Amino acid sequence: MASLIAILDLKGKPLIQRTYRDDVSPSQIERFLPLALELEEDGQAVKPCFSSGGVNYMHIRHSNLYLLALSKRNTNAAEIIIFLHRLVSVLIEYFKELEEESIRDNFVIIYELLDEMMDFGYPQTTESKILQEYITQESHKLEVQASVPITVTNAVSWRSEGIRYRKNEVFLDVIESVNMLVNANGNVIRSEILGAVKMKCYLSGMPELRLGLNDKVMFETTGRTSRGKSIEMEDVKFHQCVRLSRFESDRTISFIPPDGEFELMTYRLSTPVKPLIWVEAAVESYRGSRVEYMVKVRAQFKRRSQANNVEIFVPVPEDADTPKFRASTGGVQYAPEKSAFVWKIKQLGGGREFLMRAHFGLPSVKNVDDVDRRPPIQVKFEIPYFTVSGIQVRYLKIVEKSGYQALPWVRYITQSGDEYAMRTLQEKDASIQPI
Amino acid sequence: MNLSRAAPKKGENFELRSDLNSEYRDRRKDAIKRVIANMTVGKDVSGLFPDVLKNMQTDDLEQKKLVYLYLMNYAKTQPELVILAVNTFVKDADDPNPLVRALAIRTMGMLRAEKIIDYLSDPLQKCLRDENPYVRKTACLCVAKLYDLKPELAIDNGFIGQLQEMVSDSNPMVVANAITALTDIHATAVLNATESSPAPLQANFIITPQVLGKLLIALGESSEWGRVALLTCLARYKAVDEKESEHICERVLPQFQHVNGSVVLAAVKVMMVHMRHLTREDLVKQIIKKMAPPLVTLVSSAPETQWVALRNINLLLQKRPDILQNEMRVFFCKYNDPPYVKLEKLDIMIRLAQEKNVDTLLSELKEYASEVDVDFVRRAIKAIGQCAIKIESSAGRCVQVLLELINTRVSYVVQEAVVVMKDIFRKYPHNYEGVIPTLCANLDELDEPEAKASLIWIIGEYAEKIDNASELLGVFVDSFLEEAYQVQLQTLTAVVKLYMKKPESAQGVVSKVLETATKDCDSPDVRDRAYIYWRLLSTDPNAAKAVILATRPPITLAQTTVPPVILEELLGEIGTLASVYHKPAETFVGRGRVGADAVHRKIEGQEDEAIREKALQTLVAGQQAENLLDFDEAVAGEDQPTGLAATTAAVVQSSAGHKVLTSANPLDDLASLFGSSSLATPTQAPAPSPMSPPASMFPSVPSAAPLSNGPAVPSKPQEDLLGLF
Repeated sequence: MASLIAILDLKGKPLIQRTYRDDVSPSQIERFLPLALELEEDGQAVKPCFSSGGVNYMHIRHSNLYLLALSKRNTNAAEIIIFLHRLVSVLIEYFKELEEESIRDNFVIIYELLDEMMDFGYPQTTESKILQEYITQESHKLEVQASVPITVTNAVSWRSEGIRYRKNEVFLDVIESVNMLVNANGNVIRSEILGAVKMKCYLSGMPELRLGLNDKVMFETTGRTSRGKSIEMEDVKFHQCVRLSRFESDRTISFIPPDGEFELMTYRLSTPVKPLIWVEAAVESYRGSRVEYMVKVRAQFKRRSQANNVEIFVPVPEDADTPKFRASTGGVQYAPEKSAFVWKIKQLGGGREFLMRAHFGLPSVKNVDDVDRRPPIQVKFEIPYFTVSGIQVRYLKIVEKSGYQALPWVRYITQSGDEYAMRTLQEKDASIQPI
Repeated sequence: MNLSRAAPKKGENFELRSDLNSEYRDRRKDAIKRVIANMTVGKDVSGLFPDVLKNMQTDDLEQKKLVYLYLMNYAKTQPELVILAVNTFVKDADDPNPLVRALAIRTMGMLRAEKIIDYLSDPLQKCLRDENPYVRKTACLCVAKLYDLKPELAIDNGFIGQLQEMVSDSNPMVVANAITALTDIHATAVLNATESSPAPLQANFIITPQVLGKLLIALGESSEWGRVALLTCLARYKAVDEKESEHICERVLPQFQHVNGSVVLAAVKVMMVHMRHLTREDLVKQIIKKMAPPLVTLVSSAPETQWVALRNINLLLQKRPDILQNEMRVFFCKYNDPPYVKLEKLDIMIRLAQEKNVDTLLSELKEYASEVDVDFVRRAIKAIGQCAIKIESSAGRCVQVLLELINTRVSYVVQEAVVVMKDIFRKYPHNYEGVIPTLCANLDELDEPEAKASLIWIIGEYAEKIDNASELLGVFVDSFLEEAYQVQLQTLTAVVKLYMKKPESAQGVVSKVLETATKDCDSPDVRDRAYIYWRLLSTDPNAAKAVILATRPPITLAQTTVPPVILEELLGEIGTLASVYHKPAETFVGRGRVGADAVHRKIEGQEDEAIREKALQTLVAGQQAENLLDFDEAVAGEDQPTGLAATTAAVVQSSAGHKVLTSANPLDDLASLFGSSSLATPTQAPAPSPMSPPASMFPSVPSAAPLSNGPAVPSKPQEDLLGLF
């Protein structure tokens, strides 16, 4: 429960706010940033929730904005924090970008959304697709007055009736993001696969869908033997359209889909993964004069696959200058704002290996107090037509009472997650060696 | 305000006014938008109230919403004028468009003006029975709004009874909002209840087995937020027998698969509450097994959500350390995690540390110790010490890692490592003496009081084995008056120890330190300790030996940071702020609109013994958690004014160092020696610095004193509790 929701700029000035209960005065918003700064000055990390003078401040950061909720009670913090994130994604769907300017330009509609998404401090409708049906930017152009789509309160609150398509089609994207942490001596210390099944549904009427995967637990519970590999998903999360009790009892994924694009499910596997793309860097630092890098990249997946848009971020000292690069493939750029250089390879075939060299100058005087930052090497890539886990869509059954035929299309892709990183060794100080 | 009400002749408001009264629709609407824009940026547009009000009756829904929004903001400042809006509201509540009906009833509830509230009853009555579920679900919450403003009106009109009927509504969203409203009313009633006017019976929301059935049915069909409300309600339900608890657990289990993290946490809460009654081992095991994966998934969500989840996981692990026993790697810190996430992960990793994974953990901690965030680095090093103390077999490796870190010669790394080494000596007094020379070699590097105090303690403790101990300590004696109090205390004790172990080499230095401490030192604590030592030494050297060189019981790592009673309470509040702060709700929530001080006063007033006791327990727990080595360091002598002692204690607190010397037992002896039966409590009160959350897990060593002394502590603890935030 939130008494008040506000969006603030980085200076802590409220851009827009909405009061839901009057137990907290709006003037408390102005106290948020000073309080946060005070905490920071005391050397504490500013946490998403803190309490001061009987008021609880819950906030999230989104680019240059704070989204803040205030409450005096023992509020469900998880609910409010997640609601704030949801608010961000709804606003992004409305305005493409959420920043100071888009808030100023659209305050009317944001007020309307805040009114609809939360009542008396309790989250209500946060599905942006449904909201878009009756809160639109062009409302004045409508001849007919907007009315509540019955969907808002329907048991099937995510799909309207009477949808029509000439051609009934479903597109399924299975996207696996690999998170990996490799330590300096080359051992994988943590890896996980975060999978998502995204759908684009262009189906008429109220279709019943059933999705079949090569899910090991399902094969076991139904006693069927699978042909080929089956996978063990550790945690599966579903869009609210999926009947959870049905999945719990016999692992059937059955649902009436929302119209258009949505994320049907996510899953997680923590089975160890061998690094798909291996990067190692040898660093030679001649303190006070220069630093040299030799970076090797190797694609450790099957030859018939290929990785696209590979980007390797190699951190360099903040004070490095005059970069010189030589790469056996792709292009290299210096990104001083990130204190790194980026090696970009458009296409990297399976089993291939490439080298690049970099040379930077270093200032002759170095601040002694400077601690060597050693961020890990980060890698970004995507590999189409391939899943690391081996997940497969076995079938997608579509039943609608009108009995139309619909075509399902399936696409697989594997990509790097937010953290695909390789730690580097402490820089060897080579200055003692003869040059 | 009066200024703005007088019609301005020019300026923006003047223009707006004329536009608001324009004959053209577009112009009027545009003006309303500009008014709202001004309101948004904080300009006072309350003077335009009557002009905006004129535009309320319109077919344009957007315009209507804007006018309503304006009314909500300024109704309180213009109570006499609001009445003019009533007619339109009542009319709108009867509009053929359900969106308008709901909007009207929603806004009326928000106006919070006495005058309009009296006109609310009729439309609300109608809307509660509306054929459209969207209107009904909005009306449900309006009852809660009404109760918040005028409880008797909500009760007298039978609205609450009606809400209870609506729990059986055919529409899941209406059910969810009816439940939300009832729960809210219940909470409001409890908050506003006083001795003289207890919460009205009607406001009490008792969940009967019939309601339970409805909740379980609605759960499967509800929207995500509805589920949170229903699950929260289920967690409050008192099951009649084990079978019912089992049934609830089984029905709630599928919610672990929900994509919304707050649904997952609410489901975890229901499980934790109802699992208490389960005796079937296999079922409990199954639930625990199914709980782990969704918790792990929460760790990959957005940082703020992640943090809320981590705080809750931290609590869950205190109750059931087995939940995530194989998942330690999940909590490895990412380079770009925000600091608050990293610190929380560190804490959880220590909780999950076992013999089999400690090696991985150590190499990870060593990695963190080379990052740039100083605070995080320190915590990582501290964590290495915690590992050593938690897992005996790993202590050797931990010491090895610490030595490597000391060799980096990065100042704060060395200092923190020294502090941690002292803790390891406290746990394993005889195993790592070989390290001492390396530590002493870094003496000059130390500039933080805690690190200095730790090293001095080590020197004093092992004085007989360090050849140049008197020389090392002599440095500190020379600079005695410039040092922080905790360093002074440590120096004093270490020199006396040295004197007892090697009287021949320390004669000079001991008299010098006693002399300086008693004559020139301005801290009563230091002075008193010096006097005590001096008298001990001069009257009965054997007693002195028994007191000063007494063996201390080894320290251990606590399983929990909150007392069991509070832990249980917090587990019933999973997902809420209480579980995030690890504090019972009473310690931070306000009473209705009165504010937190009401509870505060209540505690001080000693009316509610239970709450007070709990608050004190929390405080003690907080303290225990705070300091690595939290000794009962009640050095305050009889001749010391409590207040002053308290101040000093607060000044020198968070110094695990100087407490080390004064373990409880010798102190008790000391106190009795001096005939002081009052081990004054002030030292129990130092405010735990809000900096670190209850993180480190070293309990206060043997003293049961904090608990037994608790009730005697005056009002200070309450301030401290609040000071925690």
